[in-house]
Amino acid sequence: MGAKTLGPVRRRFSPWNDPDAKPLIEFKNVIKRFGDFTAVNDVSLKIYEREFFALLGPSGCGKTTLMRMVGGFDEPTSGDVLLDGKSIKGVPPYHRPVNMMFQSYALFPHMNVKENIGFGLKMDGLPKGEIDARVQEMLKLVKLEPFATRKPHQMSGGQRQRVALARSLAKRPRVLLLDEPLGALDKKLREETQFELMDLQMTLGMTFLIVTHDQEEAMTVADRIAVMDHGKLIQVAPPSEIYEQPNSKYVADFIGDINLFEGKVAACADNVIRMESPALGTVIEVEDDEHCTVGEDAWFAVRPEKMRISLDQPAQTGLNVVAGEVWDIGYLGDSSIYHVKLANGKTVRATIANTDRMVERPIGWEDKVWLTWPRDAGVVLTR
Amino acid sequence: MAGLAPPTAGGGNAAPASSQNGWTQRIVILVPYVWLLVFFLIPFFIVLKISLSEQVRAAPPYAPVFDILTDPAATTLEKLSMLGLGNFGRIFSDTLYIEAYLTSVVIAGISTFATLLIGYPIAYGMARAPREWRATLLMMVILPFWTSFLIRVYAWIGILADEGLLNNVLMGLGLIDEPLHIMSTNYAVMIGIVYSYLPFMILPLYSALEKMDDTLLEAAQDLGCTPFKSFWLVTFPLSLPGVIAGCFLVFIPAVGEFVIPDLLGGSETLMIGRTLWEEFSSNTDWPLSAAVAILLLLLLVVPIVIFQNQQAKMQESGR
Repeated sequence: MGAKTLGPVRRRFSPWNDPDAKPLIEFKNVIKRFGDFTAVNDVSLKIYEREFFALLGPSGCGKTTLMRMVGGFDEPTSGDVLLDGKSIKGVPPYHRPVNMMFQSYALFPHMNVKENIGFGLKMDGLPKGEIDARVQEMLKLVKLEPFATRKPHQMSGGQRQRVALARSLAKRPRVLLLDEPLGALDKKLREETQFELMDLQMTLGMTFLIVTHDQEEAMTVADRIAVMDHGKLIQVAPPSEIYEQPNSKYVADFIGDINLFEGKVAACADNVIRMESPALGTVIEVEDDEHCTVGEDAWFAVRPEKMRISLDQPAQTGLNVVAGEVWDIGYLGDSSIYHVKLANGKTVRATIANTDRMVERPIGWEDKVWLTWPRDAGVVLTR
Repeated sequence: MAGLAPPTAGGGNAAPASSQNGWTQRIVILVPYVWLLVFFLIPFFIVLKISLSEQVRAAPPYAPVFDILTDPAATTLEKLSMLGLGNFGRIFSDTLYIEAYLTSVVIAGISTFATLLIGYPIAYGMARAPREWRATLLMMVILPFWTSFLIRVYAWIGILADEGLLNNVLMGLGLIDEPLHIMSTNYAVMIGIVYSYLPFMILPLYSALEKMDDTLLEAAQDLGCTPFKSFWLVTFPLSLPGVIAGCFLVFIPAVGEFVIPDLLGGSETLMIGRTLWEEFSSNTDWPLSAAVAILLLLLLVVPIVIFQNQQAKMQESGR
């Protein structure tokens, strides 16, 4: 498959680090208000050709509005949206070289699969032979050839999703907009489809812009994720950076599971930040090149899987170590999650991967345990 | 007057009765069937019987009259032999009746089309109106029903007459020099029908347009459709069930309409409802008018069956 050979290319793909790269879509200080409500608040963002870009955030954060401004269904109140360097403000949806896959799929119920997929091509006035060929190609792409003459109401949710995808791809748009494309599918089908979407995007070499509230989905498919909240971009970065280097408590908390320890910055030198947290009874040292100021309030954020849990007291106490009691154990199959209650009443989560079958787990309920973490396990957040 | 089966006739579409609540379901279905039997089927057979009888100068003005309780069997058989299709033969041999049927269908057809042309934009506007206005708009469509139908049709005489409101206004504006002769013509009848039956067109259209998913229109535009084109390619085809329902709800009663042609039509307006009334009251020819009514029913059965099929299909496709 072409997708496989493009693998290494994808790994090196990072046009956002190239100052000379020309963005395909550019939002310039975009503000969108609906009455008193500000849906999008001063967003500037560049999305590059062939990128799989995800807008992620809770419902009402403005991600869908931002996408609809690319599709032409909403116009910015102020600011500008550029496509290929040209402003598309005021261009109606039917004159924009972008297509959207709707959350509800929005398939035309009075048309069969073929007619749905060929609709946009017919609107472009393509000759019939060409439309048929392209529809066939699309049916093959989404593996729906046997269903060409079915009506949407005769198909399952997963099949309808594919028809919607094929229809939005048929016109070979400059950008494909995906509005919660997998929201209506069950978990297993959703995960499968995520990988299919990635392969498809690679094979077609197209730019995909996806809106989702599902962080796993965004992490899986996207080259870069923009985490949004209350109409603002909080962080725009590749998934691994979003996960390992969140820039704020909001992002850290929104993506995955995380422990947050409150404290004060005591020293910053040689890329090591020293935090004092009297509530925890320990000093925290973090390898971090972030700028910080001594005396500032800060939070230490560390993922549960980066915590080490042990029954034995570590050699060095008072640094990157806390003691507590196992309060709850959640067995998830691939891993187990331990809720450890500290002396100050705070609960800390630590996960252990269950790499061996059928072993007696040595740590049980109400055991006194020590939690430790290395200096590079977490990050210091100041907002 | 048109034999539109009540919607309950769709009871045949009910889910198959499960053994547990089978009998309650059967009773529920039975109610409309009993209703149909008592108030539609039995009167229908009475009318059918009269249509096969002969006109006589007596009360009732037809013969034979059956009295199942007192008549001996032989007399009943003799009376049965008196029934015949003579009245139907008379209808087919006289061009007056054929003409009346045709005129009714043409006037009802043109009026239905005009009702659709006027009703569609109104229903469309209502369905696109802000949600909080819709109930009020719907109320305004139904409001005329609060006044007697007869009075509303009489009011049109005042509007359409040669010395009426319309002509006065048009002449006052200097648009015409002589009054338009609308009253007592087929045009007046059509205006009356369009006015009277407009709500029956608007309501099904509105219900079809109101539940339309707006994202379908966005999808159409996204795929390169101008708003005008997306109306014809998406909105209109999806509202077709409403269009068909509205057209039948107007056409079927309009064919048999009697009051409007009688009040607004002229001597040349030969609609079947009026012909029927003439035969019934002026000529006291009950058997012939009964035959006219039976034929009208047969004439309307075809569109009614099409209408019912359409409804059933719509339910199947889940729309």
